[in-house]
Parts: sequence; structure tokens; C-alpha cells
Amino acid sequence: MGYRVAAGGTSHVFADLRELMAKATPLRSGDQLAGLAAGSMQEMMAARMALADLPLRTFLHEALIPYEEDEVTRLILNTHDAAAFAPIAALTVGEFRDWLCSDAATSEVLAQLAPGITPEMAAAVSKLMRNQDLILVARKCRVVTRFRNTLGLPGRLAVRLQPNHPTDDAAGILASTIDGLSYGCGDAVIGINPASDSLGRTGELLRLLDELIARFDIPTQACVLTHVTSSIALIGQGAPVDLVFQSVAGTQAANASFGIDLAVLREGLEAGRSQTRGTVGDNVMYFETGQGSALSANAHHGVDQQTLEARAYAVCRAYEPLLVNTVVGFIGPEYLYDGKQIIRAGLEDHFCGKLLGVPMGCDICYTNHAEADQDDMDTLLTLLGTAGVNFIMGVPGADDVMLNYQSTSFHDQLYIRELLGLKRAPEFEAWLQRMDITDAAGRLSATQGGQALLAAMPGRAA
Amino acid sequence: MSEESKPGARQLAELTRLTPARIALGRSGASLPTQEVLRFGMAHAQARDAVHAPFDAEDVSSRLAALSVEVVQVDSAARSREEYLRRPDLGRRLSSESCRALMAQRGDFDLAIIVADGLSSTAVHQNAVPLVTALLPMLARQGLRLAPLVVGREARVALGDEIGEALGTRAVAMLIGERPGLSSPDSLGAYITFAPRAGLTDANRNCISNIRPGGLGYEQAAFKLSWLVAEAFRRSLTGVGLKDESDLALEESAASRPAIVEAEPPRISADRTRKGDR
Repeated sequence: MGYRVAAGGTSHVFADLRELMAKATPLRSGDQLAGLAAGSMQEMMAARMALADLPLRTFLHEALIPYEEDEVTRLILNTHDAAAFAPIAALTVGEFRDWLCSDAATSEVLAQLAPGITPEMAAAVSKLMRNQDLILVARKCRVVTRFRNTLGLPGRLAVRLQPNHPTDDAAGILASTIDGLSYGCGDAVIGINPASDSLGRTGELLRLLDELIARFDIPTQACVLTHVTSSIALIGQGAPVDLVFQSVAGTQAANASFGIDLAVLREGLEAGRSQTRGTVGDNVMYFETGQGSALSANAHHGVDQQTLEARAYAVCRAYEPLLVNTVVGFIGPEYLYDGKQIIRAGLEDHFCGKLLGVPMGCDICYTNHAEADQDDMDTLLTLLGTAGVNFIMGVPGADDVMLNYQSTSFHDQLYIRELLGLKRAPEFEAWLQRMDITDAAGRLSATQGGQALLAAMPGRAA
Repeated sequence: MSEESKPGARQLAELTRLTPARIALGRSGASLPTQEVLRFGMAHAQARDAVHAPFDAEDVSSRLAALSVEVVQVDSAARSREEYLRRPDLGRRLSSESCRALMAQRGDFDLAIIVADGLSSTAVHQNAVPLVTALLPMLARQGLRLAPLVVGREARVALGDEIGEALGTRAVAMLIGERPGLSSPDSLGAYITFAPRAGLTDANRNCISNIRPGGLGYEQAAFKLSWLVAEAFRRSLTGVGLKDESDLALEESAASRPAIVEAEPPRISADRTRKGDR
């Protein structure tokens, strides 16, 4: 079904819902690369006007990617909660934006609504929202998850400690981990991206982190970010797997390019839960996503990259994850060209994820061939901090020496806590105080309490 | 008492020997000390300049020609650096003029060596000529018939497939600037592809990464490259089916083993369990 809008003295025609959604999207290089972006600013605004008049329920009977062809579409439509959707069932996309911004949309109401919202609805309304709307509404959405601590509580921000090393050297990884813990990082997860794919090496890294966490009784979880099938195999071998990791995307074909489908994610979830390693909860999945992944696998079905990213969150939400991380600037300038596009995408991803009920964090990051720098990351960090992001990355000096990109640092999390008064996960915060790493107010203590952790280094007495 | 003189800070500082990561930086309140802000800024400037510094194809070509090889310069279909960064597809195709020029040189060749800017001109300016200097005698010992050496501008890895197809070579070795990291703005990558033709993916190639003075040295990289080329001809394949076992032949210590990647993912991936397009 086509859409026609008369606006600004011109008549604009959009062939179908996919084209309408794509052309309503704020400009980004990935949609241009795919040939989906609006041809002019007026065409973009005309598309937004037509989208604003579209009834929300359209998305329930007009699939952007056919139901028969794509299991992600089937997941979205088969698990849609009509009762939860009922309060907004009569609204258009434009009226939905007004309602989300209104006082009627409280944290409690939004939490009840989440199972009734499809990713296409979330993406559509985000396209009508300015950055301040994305921040204000996301701040009202609370998604709390638990494994060995409690993440996502109001007024709190967690950090994934990311101690990567170019050759997976154990002492090097421990050095970065201890440095990060001494800055009060690591409550979201201590998570290593391994340089090597070998199962044996991954198992060694898991044991390294497991021993560290056990030795100091740290209320947090560890993860080695490897393929879900590797984690399942490692669990079978008895390796200490806290969280099961996987990169996911918003189409069946893109997930196939990652070597996964929904069934294997279910196996991963069951394998992870079978371990019962969590102490306060059983959210065992850690997912990463990022706009552009479907296009890069030539698996986008003519759908814009922001809508596909929201569909990835519908995949995540089916597995009750502890952490979902949009790695927003990692993919490169052919998908998000510059700081402006990366900042917008980070805010959209966080908003859509939270609205869908997903525990969103963000790897606020860029590569050296993108038109971006650390000032842009400061801006996005400040905006996401105010928007209530569940967690960010803590990379030593913001420079990941294995993956060759820049993220946020141990210092950056101190900055955002200082600025906005954000606390760590309560269990982790209490541990930091016991270790004399932070004082009662959560500020780093003057006595450098982290030195007790140095006993974990090889060749040092306990 | 300044932070650096506290016993804990001193002990943490000892850890810096164990990793190239930026640890034990100290702090000014919640923030980085000025010296670290400046050190990071300079590293970022080097990485940015590595991406955007104009590729001096003339200078690289003349230095290669001094090794007594014939050199041909080609352009991809990307007409500027900005277009190259926005349109990776154009960097994988030859300009029509360059395609015609290579067809004119077509012959019965085993291997074409290609030197291309990729995402770091700095890496190519610094490392390509010494690597080729080390490599040529090893290839000569294999008795390979070398095509003219090709120097490519605004190139992605897969441009080598079109070049190899146009020249009619049985294999190509693409030496190309990798995506620069803050701590390694000058890394050169080498990709070996058997039976090059348009439409191959990185699963069809073998890769040697991190070739630079602070990473994998020229002699060692040349040995690995030569070993992979010989195996590729012996087994008529490259990619996932060909594992790098040159270490066994080289008897190198495990500590200095470089990153060897048998199967790169198609293009760049959001999946951080894999490496990106170089």
C-alpha cells in the first residue's frame, strides 16, 4: 500500500511502509549506502508527516519483512501482547509520541506497556522524536536485571570493565582488570574480547576471571565474548561460564551471517541457566548489536538500519538478558559517518531498547576512519548519562589495544558520576567500600585501596 | 602528597610493563592528567593522519622500481578519500581506465604483488618497500613467474581480486594499510588469495596482520607470506581450508607469534567476536 503526502507545495509518494520508514529516518551514511535515504530534506519531512498519521496498529498487520521469510518477524508478531498494547491501540504514531512525552506515561505504565510495543512501533516513533524526546522518555523507562548484582536501578550506572589484550596475555589482562577495579569499574561485567578463537584459550580466560572474582568475593560476573556455540561447548566441558554472549541482528539472514538462529540462542540460554551461577538473579545472556550489521551482511531486505536495530532488541528481549549493548560507532563511517550520526544513533538505540523493555547499555565509541573524536564521545556520554543508560564500557585510557577503536575510559565513568551523582550497582558499591576503594559517598578513596588487589598478580604473595 | 608518590599508585604503575593498554594513568580529580590528555590527543592525531594523509603512490612506485621490478599504478573506482570511506564497494572495483591498462599487461603469471593504501597510507609508506625487499628473494627461490607489481590507490582488500583477474594471475598477495588503532597507526596487512576473481569473500583469503616495526618484523612476515603462497599453489586453495603452520617451519618462539587469521568475515561486522575489514 502506498502513501501520498502533499506538503510544502509538492506531492510526495512513498511506495510502501518500508520506504516511508526509511525516508523518515534522520540522515545517515548507511541508509545512503543502501540507497534508502530520503533524496531531500523536504522529502524526509514529508515522510515524517505521513508516518505521524499512521495508526500504530498498522505494524501488526503489515510486516516490513515477510512473516513467511523471517523468523524475527514471526517472533515479533507471535509474542505480541495484545492486552498490554490495548491502552495505545487507537493511537497514531504521532499521537504515540505526544502520549510518551506526557505525564500519563509514567515509569510503571511504560513497564506494563513494553510487551505490547513492537520494534517497528518503537523505531517509527523515534523517527518523529528530537534528541531531547529520546532522552526524556528513555529516562522514564526502567529495566532492572540481576545475576550477582542488581543493574538498572534509578540513579545508578554500571560499567563493563573491558581489559582486552592483543595476545590474550593473562598477566596483561589482569593488570588492566585490577587497574579498572581500582577505579570502581566492573559492576556490569568484567568482559574480555579474546584475540584468539580457540576454545582452550577461552576456557583459560574464563578460569582467570572466575578465580579473581572468587578470591576477592566480587559481586559481579565475568564473560569472554565468544560465539554462543563456543559458550555452550565450554559449559559442556565444565568451564565457569557466568554469561552467555552473542552478537545479534534484526533479520534472520543477518543472524545467519553471525552463525546463529533463535533456536541456538534458546540453547545458549538454557545452558547458561543450567549452571545456576547467579546469586541474586538468573539473567544470563549478554547481547551486542549495532546499526548497519544487517546491511553489512547484505541481509537488510530494503529496511533502514535503525528499524532493523530495533528489531534486534526484540530478539534480545526474548531471552531475558542481563546486558544488551549497542556498539554504536564500531562499524565505521560507511554506516554512521560522523559524530553527529553516532550521537543520534546512540540515543535512538537506547530509547528503542528501553521502550521495548531491554536493559540497554551503550559502547560509546568510534573508529579512526570516522569523522569523530573524544569530544563527540563526551557529548554522547553526557546525554546517555542523563537518559539513564544502564551501563557503559570502561576501557583503559579509552584505547582498546586489541580491537583498535576508542570507547569510554575508567576516567570517563568517574566524570559522569561526578557530574550527575550516579551510583554503582548497590552490591558492588558495598564491596568497593569494604575494600576501601571508595568512601561512603562512592568517591575513590584517598588511600588507593585497590592495592590489595595486586596480590592477584602472578608471582605475588597473597 | 601527590598521587604518583603514594605507595598504591607506584605498585599499580609497575603493572604497565605487562600490557600496552593505557593503565595506571593517574588522575586529576575525576579527570585525566594533562600529560595523558595530550599523549592520547597525539596518538589520535597520528591515527587520523594515517587515514587521511595523501598516498604518495609515485614515491612508493619509484622505490619499488629500484628493486628491479616493473611497477603499474592503478586507481579504484572511488574518486576521493571521502567517497572511499563512504562507499567501500567502489574501493573493491577498478576504475575502467585502470582495468584496461591491466588487461593490456595480461600474461601467464603465477603471482601478482599489490601494494595499496587501504585505511593507512602511513603503513604503506613505511612498511611496504622493506617487506617487498625481504619477500622478492624468497619468491624467486620458488621459481614463481611474477606479474608486474601493482600500486593501488583508494583500495580495499577485494580490489586485488579484480587486479588478479585482469592480469590473469593464479594468485595475488595484497599488501594493504590496516584500519589504524591508536597504538598502531602503521600496521600493514597481507592477504593471499588463490584463483582471484570478483565476488570472493575474505573467507577465501589468508591474512597476516600487524606487519610493522613494533609488531611482526619484515623478515618474519615475508617468510610467512612466502610459506602461504607455496602452500596455496601446492594445494590450489587459500582461506578457511589452509591453516598457517609456517611457525613449525620457522621454529620461532611462541611469544612472538603474530595474529594469523584464516577467515576474515565478509566486510565489516558489528560482531566484535570478529575483526573488521582492513
